[in-house]
Amino acid sequence: MYTEKVMDHFSNPRNVGELKDADGVGEVGNAKCGDIMKIFLKVENGIIEDVKFQTFGCGAAIATSSMVTEMVKGKTLEDALRISNEAVAEALDGLPPVKMHCSNLAADAVHAAIKDYIAKHPA
Amino acid sequence: MKKVYFDNAATTQTDKDVAATVLEYMTNTFGNPGSVHAFGREARKAVDIAREQVAKLIGAQSSEIFFTSGGTESDNISLKGVAYANRNRGKHIITSAIEHHAVLEPCEALKKEGFDLTILPVDEFGRVSVETLKAAIRPDTILISVMFANNEVGTMQPIAEIGAIARERGIYFHTDAVQAVGNWPIDVKAMNIDLLTMSGHKFHAPKGIGALYVRKGVRIRSLQQGGGQERHMRPGTENVPGIVGLGMAAEKSLAEMPEKIDRIQKLRDRLLAGIMENVPEIKLNGHPTLRLPGNVNVSVIYIEGESLLLNLDMKGIAASSGSACTSGSLDPSHVLLAMGLDHATAHGSLRLSLSKMNTDEDVDYFLAEFPAIVARLRSMSPLYATRGSQAAQRCESASCKESECEIRGS
Ligand SMILES: Cc1ncc(COP(=O)(O)O)c(C=O)c1O
Ligand code: FES
Repeated sequence: MYTEKVMDHFSNPRNVGELKDADGVGEVGNAKCGDIMKIFLKVENGIIEDVKFQTFGCGAAIATSSMVTEMVKGKTLEDALRISNEAVAEALDGLPPVKMHCSNLAADAVHAAIKDYIAKHPA
Repeated sequence: MKKVYFDNAATTQTDKDVAATVLEYMTNTFGNPGSVHAFGREARKAVDIAREQVAKLIGAQSSEIFFTSGGTESDNISLKGVAYANRNRGKHIITSAIEHHAVLEPCEALKKEGFDLTILPVDEFGRVSVETLKAAIRPDTILISVMFANNEVGTMQPIAEIGAIARERGIYFHTDAVQAVGNWPIDVKAMNIDLLTMSGHKFHAPKGIGALYVRKGVRIRSLQQGGGQERHMRPGTENVPGIVGLGMAAEKSLAEMPEKIDRIQKLRDRLLAGIMENVPEIKLNGHPTLRLPGNVNVSVIYIEGESLLLNLDMKGIAASSGSACTSGSLDPSHVLLAMGLDHATAHGSLRLSLSKMNTDEDVDYFLAEFPAIVARLRSMSPLYATRGSQAAQRCESASCKESECEIRGS
């Protein structure tokens, strides 16, 4: 039911873990199925220098988390904010329809972490 | 890679002898039991023998056995057939919160048609209380349907007690025994069971064949009209290969029963003990002793079931989970919720169901692979990373009862 890309990111997730000195942290949860996704950002000069994730959820939740970290690493905050949930799912060659909400989490978690960074670092 | 099949509650491997017999009745002895010629007579004889074999397994008479396409159909005929035929006596039906959808959905459908439905709660182990059942009975109660053993957590119900109550009050008692038949001794007479559902593929017969036991004298109406087979209860040309396979599986199960239960239970106990010893923060779901011999159901705290299943699958291990993420509807198992599990704990549920085909090597292999899989998934889980601070947060809340607080207690 999952694509090869999903299974690749699920079995070898990139950027798993925690950044102790994160500049921004975002946590989102899905009320329906109970999963939780947490993103840690290290930001320098408006660029995401490092990113890590922790996820409590299904295969799709873990794969989208992993994928989104790859997609935003090295990007400016503006560009990262433009990455949509659909783009993450697309980058994984799609998700089963019932799992589409999982991909919503990944981009949302990044956006939440960026907002946290902005709140902590007013220009 | 080694392959371990721990999903026998979903379906079992067809027994080799059964499969050979099924093939025989598809190829050589292929007649229609309704025909007068020798081909037909031979098929008829085989069906008659199978009926006796199935009856014997549950202590019934062969005239009380009707062949169906499986558990779902037997449940539907039982519930709707009894409800429709006894409408004039009353419209109240009692069932339990942990039934299979094959019982709950027909019950809900009957409710829409004007029947009253009481769904009994269960305790933390998944057991129905006999006292609660007694209190739910009304003068117009016509049917009680409580499963013999639960398919997810393996909990066995007080069937003989429920049967005695139902018989005393003149209420029909149906039990969905799909998980128990062939795996646990059943005596429909001693247990006062009026209707019983069984399904072949849960005890090494093929899929798509099952049976319904209807005690002689029960008022029931068939849901289908046709050629009159199965004494009009279930018309349609008999699935002779399936029926013969079911009969043989029934006979084998009965012969193997005591040793089989003992052997599977030992394997199960070692599996469960090994999990508990080697992995911290595991919660057993279901009853500690009143459960099917082959059932293990645990919640692996801080991780989600589907990712656990995928990881096990990568190691060749087949299991299942009541996690919302595996359900299609994204709702966690109604069984686990009825037992009072919170969503997060239901999320991490893992069912391992054993059969006679499993071996000590299967258990060893699982126990060798499992701890590392759990450790890896936990290392990715935000719940695991913050488990200390979460406990603190939760216990500061005014509503947290310290004596009942799971997190502080552990
Ligand atoms: C308790 C219970 N009832 C009914 C069924 C449905 O049986 P079948 O698949 O034969 O229709 C199952 C099988 O999943 C079951 O476990
Ligand atoms: S995390 Fe629950 S379905 Fe994806």
